[in-house]
Amino acid sequence: MHISEGVLSAPVLITGTALAVAGISLGLKRMDYDRIPQVAVLSSAFFVASLIHVPVGPSSVHLILNGINGLLLGWVCFPSMLVALALQAILFQFGGITVLGVNTVTMALPGVICYYLFGRLVNQESRFLSSASGFACGFLSVLLSGILVAISLAFTGKSFLSVAKLIILAHVPVMIAEGVITLFCVAFLKRVKPEMLGGVYGKAS
Amino acid sequence: MVDEEFSTGESFIHGLDPRIKIIVAVLFSVVVAVLSNFVSLLVALFLSLILVVLARLSMKRVFYRLFLVNGLILFLWIFLPFTYQGETWFDIGPLVATKEGLLYASQITVKCNAILLTMIALLATTPIFTLGHAMSQLCFPDKITHLFLFTYRYIHVIFQEYHRLVNAMRIRGFIPHTNIHTYRSYAYLVGMLLVRSYDRAERIHKAMICRGFNGRYYTLVQFSIKMRDVFYLSLMLIAILGLVILQWKVTL
Repeated sequence: MHISEGVLSAPVLITGTALAVAGISLGLKRMDYDRIPQVAVLSSAFFVASLIHVPVGPSSVHLILNGINGLLLGWVCFPSMLVALALQAILFQFGGITVLGVNTVTMALPGVICYYLFGRLVNQESRFLSSASGFACGFLSVLLSGILVAISLAFTGKSFLSVAKLIILAHVPVMIAEGVITLFCVAFLKRVKPEMLGGVYGKAS
Repeated sequence: MVDEEFSTGESFIHGLDPRIKIIVAVLFSVVVAVLSNFVSLLVALFLSLILVVLARLSMKRVFYRLFLVNGLILFLWIFLPFTYQGETWFDIGPLVATKEGLLYASQITVKCNAILLTMIALLATTPIFTLGHAMSQLCFPDKITHLFLFTYRYIHVIFQEYHRLVNAMRIRGFIPHTNIHTYRSYAYLVGMLLVRSYDRAERIHKAMICRGFNGRYYTLVQFSIKMRDVFYLSLMLIAILGLVILQWKVTL
């Protein structure tokens, strides 16, 4: 979910950049130098995974996975997303330089929120609780990203309001798909590599 | 998929110091992003086109890229004329399209594409690794440049891993549909990628410690500012200043 260059107004761009800088510096504080290879390889895995297209009815959507990224990385989600978005901007021209801050916040903030909401819950013994929070994590992260996109559009101009609403509506199938994928992905990680869900990536310094 | 198709070449732009390119690209994008009158935006678009021509890129490929990323813009063209308040241009039943809305949509289109073209001409013409080293010389935080370089390095490795997994799924007769089986399989694919990345990172980290990694990234690349860099930088600074003055003076 990117906003292209040239759409948003200057105040929105500046606010987004300021928020992103705050989030990134918090994330960097929680990431020691010897964690960099781990975080980087995980970020590349997310970069590749976001190229996967999942069929939804007659069309298909690509995975966003910011929920599970936040779940694994906590605040380190911010630098991870920044790097992924910068690479996408340079390699494919998705997003751009001036919207990098806004886009980082749109993608990473929901991830961090999911980390605080569901970080403990997904590790619960109860299968129902952990699956439900897995689904909620995927669903909510996309919903929140949609809302953040809508907010940045709405603050740019009133005429964007209907576009903003439509963007959220259009993402409802994506939210469900992400929810289901995140549910199974969390269940898989719990069985195969439970330590990954234990917050190994983002240790508080 | 993840190839840097524009990054090699012999043109004037390819030969510039990457630090200069980053500075100009950022300055240009920021200024163009806040421009609001049509004349200066068109001049900016023209400038960015000149940069692409100077970089001697395949126009077909450049426009293909632009076409791919103009999706949201197309969306705005459908909506903005009808939601923007102003003088009536035409109406379809209850829907009223306004001239101002149309102007606004085209303004955004020009702005967006001017910035995109500059990014293609300046950033996409630099290999990612060179960009990373230039970033660290421009005093970006070390952790960010390291993360940037490492992530890019391992995207290719993980991508191969992904291909192996997808091929294995296909060989077993996996055909994606909208059902739980498909979603579960994709989720396990993603999970497997994450698990493998975790194991691989551990091996990489150990190997790096064996080689004495202490958190620093040393580079043999030495950038040097040549006459043409100075010439280019001053020319671009004048052009950007021109855009600002144009924005100020001309009211449209």
